[in-house]
Amino acid sequence: MKPPPFEYHGPRDLGEALETLAAVGAHGKVLAGGQSLIPMLNMRLAAPAHLVDINRLAALAVVRETPAGVTVGALARHSEVARCGAHPLLAQALRLVAHPVIRNRGTVVGSLVHADPAAELPAVLAVLDGSVRLASVGGDGVPTDSVRRDGVQKDGVPRGGVRRDGVQRDGVPRDGGGGVVALPAGTAVRDVPAREFFTGPMESAARPGELAVSAHFPALGARTGTAFREVARRHGDYALAGVCAVVRLDEDLHIDAARVACIGVGPVPVVVDVSGVCERRPAVSVDWPAVAAAVRERTDPEGDVHASPVYRLHLVGVLAEQALREAAREAAA
Amino acid sequence: MTAEHEITLTVNGTARRVTVPGRRLLSDCLRHDVGLTGTHVGCEHGVCGCCTVLLDGQPVRSCLTFAVTVDGREITTVEGLAGPEGLSPVQRAFAECHALQCGFCTPGFLCTVTALLRENPAPTDEEVLEGISGNLCRCTGYQNIAKAVHRAAELLAEEA
Amino acid sequence: MTTKLFGEPVQRREDPRLLAGHGRYLDDLGSGALAVAFVRSPHAHARIRDIDVAPALDVDGLVAIYTWEDLPERVGRPLPLLIPHPALTHGRTAYPLARDVVRHVGEPVVMVVATDRYLAEDVCALIEVDYEPLKAVVGLEEAAHGAALVHDDVPGNVGAHLVQEVLSAAGRGAAEAIEAAPHTLAFRLDIERSASTPLEGRGVYARWDGTDLRVYSSTQTSTSVRMAIAAALGLPLPHVEVIAPDVGGGFGVKIVHPWPEEILVPWAAMLLGRELKWTEDRREHFIAAAHERGQVQHVRVGFDDDGRVLGLDVTILHDHGAYTPYGIIVPIITATQLLGPYRIGAYRVEFSAVYTNTVQVTPYRGAGRPQGVFCMERTMDKIARYLGKDRTQVREVNFIQPDEFPYDQGMIFQDGRPLIYDSGDYPRMLRMVKELIGWDDFRPAPGRGIGIGCYVEGTGVGPYEGGHVQITSDGRVHVSTGLTSQGQGHETVFAQIAADRLGVPIERVSVVTGDTRRFGYAVGTFASRAAVMSGNAIALACAKVREKALRIAGDALEADPADLTISEGLVHVAGSPSASIPLSTVAVLANPLRYAFDEETAKATQFAGTASPDRPPVAEGEEPGLEGRGYYSPIRSTFAAGMHAAIVETDPLTAEIKVVRYVVVHDCGKLINPMIVEGQIHGGVAQGIGGALYERMAYDADGQLQNASFMDFLMPYATEVPRIETGHLETPSPLNPLGIKGAGEAGVIPVSAVIASALEDAEGIEIDRMPISPSELFDLRGG
Repeated sequence: MKPPPFEYHGPRDLGEALETLAAVGAHGKVLAGGQSLIPMLNMRLAAPAHLVDINRLAALAVVRETPAGVTVGALARHSEVARCGAHPLLAQALRLVAHPVIRNRGTVVGSLVHADPAAELPAVLAVLDGSVRLASVGGDGVPTDSVRRDGVQKDGVPRGGVRRDGVQRDGVPRDGGGGVVALPAGTAVRDVPAREFFTGPMESAARPGELAVSAHFPALGARTGTAFREVARRHGDYALAGVCAVVRLDEDLHIDAARVACIGVGPVPVVVDVSGVCERRPAVSVDWPAVAAAVRERTDPEGDVHASPVYRLHLVGVLAEQALREAAREAAA
Repeated sequence: MTAEHEITLTVNGTARRVTVPGRRLLSDCLRHDVGLTGTHVGCEHGVCGCCTVLLDGQPVRSCLTFAVTVDGREITTVEGLAGPEGLSPVQRAFAECHALQCGFCTPGFLCTVTALLRENPAPTDEEVLEGISGNLCRCTGYQNIAKAVHRAAELLAEEA
Repeated sequence: MTTKLFGEPVQRREDPRLLAGHGRYLDDLGSGALAVAFVRSPHAHARIRDIDVAPALDVDGLVAIYTWEDLPERVGRPLPLLIPHPALTHGRTAYPLARDVVRHVGEPVVMVVATDRYLAEDVCALIEVDYEPLKAVVGLEEAAHGAALVHDDVPGNVGAHLVQEVLSAAGRGAAEAIEAAPHTLAFRLDIERSASTPLEGRGVYARWDGTDLRVYSSTQTSTSVRMAIAAALGLPLPHVEVIAPDVGGGFGVKIVHPWPEEILVPWAAMLLGRELKWTEDRREHFIAAAHERGQVQHVRVGFDDDGRVLGLDVTILHDHGAYTPYGIIVPIITATQLLGPYRIGAYRVEFSAVYTNTVQVTPYRGAGRPQGVFCMERTMDKIARYLGKDRTQVREVNFIQPDEFPYDQGMIFQDGRPLIYDSGDYPRMLRMVKELIGWDDFRPAPGRGIGIGCYVEGTGVGPYEGGHVQITSDGRVHVSTGLTSQGQGHETVFAQIAADRLGVPIERVSVVTGDTRRFGYAVGTFASRAAVMSGNAIALACAKVREKALRIAGDALEADPADLTISEGLVHVAGSPSASIPLSTVAVLANPLRYAFDEETAKATQFAGTASPDRPPVAEGEEPGLEGRGYYSPIRSTFAAGMHAAIVETDPLTAEIKVVRYVVVHDCGKLINPMIVEGQIHGGVAQGIGGALYERMAYDADGQLQNASFMDFLMPYATEVPRIETGHLETPSPLNPLGIKGAGEAGVIPVSAVIASALEDAEGIEIDRMPISPSELFDLRGG
């Protein structure tokens, strides 16, 4: 179990990284935390000709909290993101990601790009309708010049005072990391919303030559609560099924909006908006079996050595109710 | 076909210069290039934790890290845990509580626990379990390992 | 005997080395050796049409590639069938490298030698093997059906078939006794595959100097590996040495030998004149070592109104995988140890060991006992349920009573000797375990249940072990024994025995195991036998050394040896410590010298005046040196026992299972070191929890192992193992001088039975198949 040979690239700055990625194209793979990629290399399940190691790009090791949400740079490790507690749902999810030692090395953005359908973080991005910022040289994304880079000091290291830039003309924040990561001139970027980012099991919208430089997790509004529930075989394992929930209450503490993203039950995180089924009731009088049924209807789990599809289907309904109730409680608190 | 890289690792306080191919795992580099065989390899896919070492003080899986990635960084292996006066409090607590049998997983536990107690000098039972939850042991059933973590916390407090 | 250390929780003497990172495991040796890797079959069953190595020849660092065709006749023979048995009519073993057919995924096909393991794996990836896939036989039913065959010349896939029957006191057979019984039950039980899974895999490192071969192997038996290598390579035994260095866990899998790699690596090292090393990786360990446990059992039982078993008939289908190198030890143990602490009216057991296109089956800690205990304990629970009785009550009426020992179960055990229990007190043990868990006060509730499991374990299996004890002129005691260590603390417990027996501080005692250079006669470490066998052998060797020391000291002190004693390394007249002589001096006097090389040895030279000029320096019948050997060879096994109980909780919605309490009462006779015994129990129970709730080897219909990684083969972490509460009972064994019984496997044996019992109580559903996952519990609930 030794990795196959590859050409190693250790770029010193983002520009070099993007140029290298452009040069190696489909033959290249990005190495960030490596906690998913290196096992695959060791088992020789992946054999990229080139590996572009972004671990020297300290500028990507950032987490930025703004009123619009939390933006996580590509080299921010799980443990660092968890420690800064920037986003409540992200923090809840990170407690469930593998084990502490893995979290010391694995990165949030890397986990998103890895796009394991049983992983927690893609679900968080999906339920929040967040986005991933992909950068490349000569790509077909938005030219970098159209993205304002405020808040970036002359040395290129992001500091405080980040403005909510990246706001599109329609006024909807679609920020994949605006200003948090300084991009060299000539960089093409595109911010891909979660619903378009996860394209299949272990498949994301990131194209050859692109680097996911950051991910943006939109902030929660007022009277909004979150929760993450999952069942794993062992503590720290990938979930058999899991549900993260976001619930917004109105002023009367009735459920105004409720969304879940489910993991382990489909090829990508399955987002279900159950606001309608909750019928603007307080959590205690919601027809929870109907909510569970609505969630189950949207999922199509497969079986494996750990659990049958029927069990997973059952589980996702149970967990959806539990997560939504907990999120509602938190929203009311 | 693939290039070799000359790197410098500071291992247990000593700078070690080695030449490695890009794919050289840190675990293999430490064991076979630097010659410190105390770091063990149990699965090479990051689950067992035998290969855990401290990278700038933080526990990481050396089998899921390329040596070249950590060029210039500081690494502590099990061989570096003991002080000039002998075994560290964590190591002594493991002996006292019979927290090892075959000893193969032990270096990974020792590194993990050393870092855990630095961050949290008086962990609860639950925090201890969470702290060691990423390391497999096939011999001890973990009970004495958990006991040893508490005992090490006591020893560290006494000797502080 | 003095009992300063025997029975005390002495700290382990191996720990300082292991804690400092200074252990020497297989892969820590041979830093300059060439690396070996194998091309292994990706098919469960296939004919090899062609092997093309040409694409791999350009890899820098490639040294050699070998296929079966390259092996000399002697090396290329099928591996030995280690334990022949008349019932194993169709025993089959593998070739070291596949000859023309592969019979499981992972079977070695091509051996590659390169300058490092990375390159060796690159070479493996480039070698092209053309296979003609054949129908894979997977699963017991398919194997027993016999439509497709694993070995062309084994009809019905049946390697062995054995029936044993014990008549009732009235001379009835089981069928008749069941027929005549007031109540009968019939049911089927399933136990899935698991595996030892030590954290260090296997490994072999060989060096050849032109005359002598030295092999290091991560093995449970270095002496037998040595004989196997000498035989396969045609070398005289004195020119082969085998050493088991520090071994990172065994649990049974490393008793198998010679592994193909144990023959091939030394052979190629001799051929190439280079040091060679093969270190097994995790994937190889899953698909190319050994598994255990898989059985289907059909049970019929007849019993009376009190739950007394009048007749029991068990038919076992045992999955033996592709080969039977270790004979049929596992199903024999299941069949015999199934009886547990009970006197069963009439018993008939029949097993068929069938071949499948999966990894071979050889003992894993417990070695067939967990399956047997699962069978008997499920039976007891079912009887209790049927009669509406407390489960412990039914067990109690069936117990062998303390005054019935030695108790002959009327069967032949795995050592070919009668199954006679030497000692025990099962009623008392049951009282202890009930009290510890609070059995009588437990109030069942939905989702909360209590369970129990009892077992008897034959330990300390022969034929023999030996020990050598030497006191050198520095006063140090060197103990060696041929069997090997994998973490059981032998360096400590054997030192405890020697220190006590010789009256020396334990710090002066060192112990070496598993090194044929030090001790060449041994069997190995398995069947919970090390403490019983080598412990007693070392005690016997110490007695010889002690006797000689007292004799020499008696001469020197002009005292009757019968009046002498030894303490703190000094031989002195009992009650008169002033007249004394250190053991170091005795050691000097024991070895008359011509040459001196320090002050101590000068005392033994010919002009020192210490020897009588009227006698030969070495008296007739004596040997120089203060050393001795002892061998212990018991007439039969000694029987340890234990009872476990647990409380489990289940989640009504998610069907998750949590073990909230786990208690163990254990009787392994006299305890040498209670701390170490407790550690063995903890570890065993943890493996049992793995086997009950997490671990399984999941093959698909094509014979592909679906979960060959630690990601998917779910060994428990600290978060999955409950806290274990233990109680000890000591009924000494009358069979050996130390009164001890084995303890190594105990913890694992009844766990699946206990968890099934508790789950059944919590859920009200019969649990007849282990392991069980939340998904399966959900299915049993009816979805």
